[in-house]
Amino acid sequence: MSQAGLLRRAATIWRRSIQARVVISTLLLSAVVVSLVGWFLLRQITEGLVDSKTDVSVAEATRGTAEAQDRLSGTSGTDPDAAAQLSQLATTIVSRGDQQDFDVVLTGPVVGTTDGLVAGSGTRKSPGVATDSVPDGLREVVEQRPGTSWTYTSVSYEEDTGQSAVPGIVAGSQITLPADGGTYALYYLFPMTDQQQTLSLVRQALFTGGALLLLLIGGLTWLVTRQVVTPVRLARRVAERLASGRLEERMHVRGDDDIARLGTSFNQMASSLQKQIRQLEELSRVQRRFVSDVSHELRTPLTTVRMAGEVLHDARERFDPVTARAAELLQKELDRFELLLTDLLEISRFDAGAAALELEDVDLVAVARGVADSTRALAEHRGTRVVVRSPQRPCVAEVDVRRVERIVRNLVANAIDYADAQNVVVWVDANEEAAALAVRDYGCGLAPGESAMVFNRFWRADPARARTTGGTGLGLSISLEDARLHGGWLQAWGESGGGAQFRLTLPRRAGGRVTKSPLPLVPADAVSSDDDPSPPRTAEERVNETTAGGSR
Amino acid sequence: MSGSENNRGKVLVVDDDAALAEMLGIVLRNEGFESRVCATGDQAMPAFRDYRPDLVLLDLMLPGKDGIDVCREIRAESGVPIVMLTAKNDTVDVVVGLESGADDYVVKPFKPKELVARIRARVRRFDEPGPESLSIGDVVIDVAGHTVTRDGEQVSLTPLEFDLLVCLARKPWQVFTREVLLEQVWGYRHAADTRLVNVHVQRLRSKVEHDPENPEIVQTVRGVGYKAGASPS
Repeated sequence: MSQAGLLRRAATIWRRSIQARVVISTLLLSAVVVSLVGWFLLRQITEGLVDSKTDVSVAEATRGTAEAQDRLSGTSGTDPDAAAQLSQLATTIVSRGDQQDFDVVLTGPVVGTTDGLVAGSGTRKSPGVATDSVPDGLREVVEQRPGTSWTYTSVSYEEDTGQSAVPGIVAGSQITLPADGGTYALYYLFPMTDQQQTLSLVRQALFTGGALLLLLIGGLTWLVTRQVVTPVRLARRVAERLASGRLEERMHVRGDDDIARLGTSFNQMASSLQKQIRQLEELSRVQRRFVSDVSHELRTPLTTVRMAGEVLHDARERFDPVTARAAELLQKELDRFELLLTDLLEISRFDAGAAALELEDVDLVAVARGVADSTRALAEHRGTRVVVRSPQRPCVAEVDVRRVERIVRNLVANAIDYADAQNVVVWVDANEEAAALAVRDYGCGLAPGESAMVFNRFWRADPARARTTGGTGLGLSISLEDARLHGGWLQAWGESGGGAQFRLTLPRRAGGRVTKSPLPLVPADAVSSDDDPSPPRTAEERVNETTAGGSR
Repeated sequence: MSGSENNRGKVLVVDDDAALAEMLGIVLRNEGFESRVCATGDQAMPAFRDYRPDLVLLDLMLPGKDGIDVCREIRAESGVPIVMLTAKNDTVDVVVGLESGADDYVVKPFKPKELVARIRARVRRFDEPGPESLSIGDVVIDVAGHTVTRDGEQVSLTPLEFDLLVCLARKPWQVFTREVLLEQVWGYRHAADTRLVNVHVQRLRSKVEHDPENPEIVQTVRGVGYKAGASPS
């Protein structure tokens, strides 16, 4: 587990640190190159050492054998004792070998060369050396062919000497013993102990050198990348601070190199951003101030005009019919003017980002009932009824009750306006994360594509349609902004001839996220609406409707 | 409309807009109120002391002294009902106005009938006597004498705060929603601004509670509204 964690951490460092990546890859590449060079050098040196040793050894063996043969030929006849002659020969060469650091093995006589002698009976050798150091292959060659032959071998020693085997060269040639006329094989074994020591020294030196070189390269890379990466990291930190809104943050620029130029450009960018943001902030502040001023300046005269209109309206019975009608029109249009002004100011407040929420726990069922009650007069006037259908528990959410009531009022008034004398149904429900309210009407509905446009400012479903409830055309836009301010959704569904449904979904806790609405956007009765205008109902809904009806 | 009805009450209108002030005067006179206009905040206090109105209509944005300051000064020496006229419906403005002592507010542009209804609701309480003594916790209310005492000490409440307390105390078992309180105390017919209730409950608590952070007299019922605290049994 911890190993996996370590791996993951290493992977993270690799992914996130340019410095680590550069240093590690440089080190890896350098290691490969250094190893190759080292290997090549070692091979060259080895070959040189071995070759020269071989040359020297073979020459020595040839010379030694020739001298021995000469000596033997010179003493022929004076000492006929073969064994003594053999011993003497061996002793001479062995003592030379001791001085010049080689071992000698003398075997023979070679089979078939002399009658009456048992093959191999006259073997002599340097003390300690094992006879099997001479490979059988060489032995065969030497016994069949005159002249010097050589090969590489492992020179081993008898166990009681305690010496371990070393690589070496063995050179052998035939020698004839005048005493018995037998042919013997004389082998010189040259152990390469010195060469081995030299090589191990060289290897060690190469290793140490390579490791130091790698260390140096790693350190250099680390230093160099640090010089580049440090300013980049600083820039990142400054950028992060800028992003978090501290616009006065700047990079520290030193020198005149690429990094310094990066810093300068970065600072220029930050300054220009800061300037533009300041300008926009100033603009927005001026705008807000202007809207606020306009609001105050317009409202006061409008109040006076409004009161004057009311006084005239109240006294209209005493006017002649034309003036009376004028007073009526004045009154009516003042209402509209006022509504429009209110909505415009509300929208501009959203645009300026000045809208704030006043949160409390609100039961959407109660809101729906309240709106149904307050719009009853309007509904009756239009020959329709607003029916609230809800579960028997409260659907509480933490919202701004003023804004939510305004949304619901807008939706219901809108639905009544388009209801075509059929009932308007308000559904309310809640789940763990969200509370929802859907307003369903069975009017002319929306044409394809219109459900996205209904929230546009001053948009109207049917331009030819007469205004009835006197909406300003901003109601749904304001409702949408209100819903967004809560972090909720306001969506529309509509079908040409099948009516429309507007669904409001609000998170139950302020700041919560909504992933699924408790109510469907497309109503369950949407499909059958063409042939059967009365929606299908389940037993539960009937119960709920009764409850809602009972409270009305 | 006739002059003989001119005894409903006196209203001091503090507004810098001459046309609006005159129009307010006309409407008030039509409804049987007597009125006097004051155009700046600085003159408001002298005019108030001199005129002794039954109600003050106060514009929040005034030249000279601010409407909020005028409101505080009036409240400092009198419990007379104050209705604010405001051009802004922003929460901050409204709440600041209410916290400085206003009983109610109307947002411009308002309908004359609406304004008159509010004024009437604030002045109306003059004609409802009744020898009655109520109590919530250790607070004793003498309805006829318009006095409230806690631990034998008299607590000074504005008429509106008094009405609010009496309304809660008359039915100590009942939880009042903000809407019901608006209707019974402020005289609103249909749903209006519940911030009025919130601000006034806070103000009432600061006067009658031992610890306003831990209210015992006026208790909040979360998600519903308010109720009177338990009386000593």
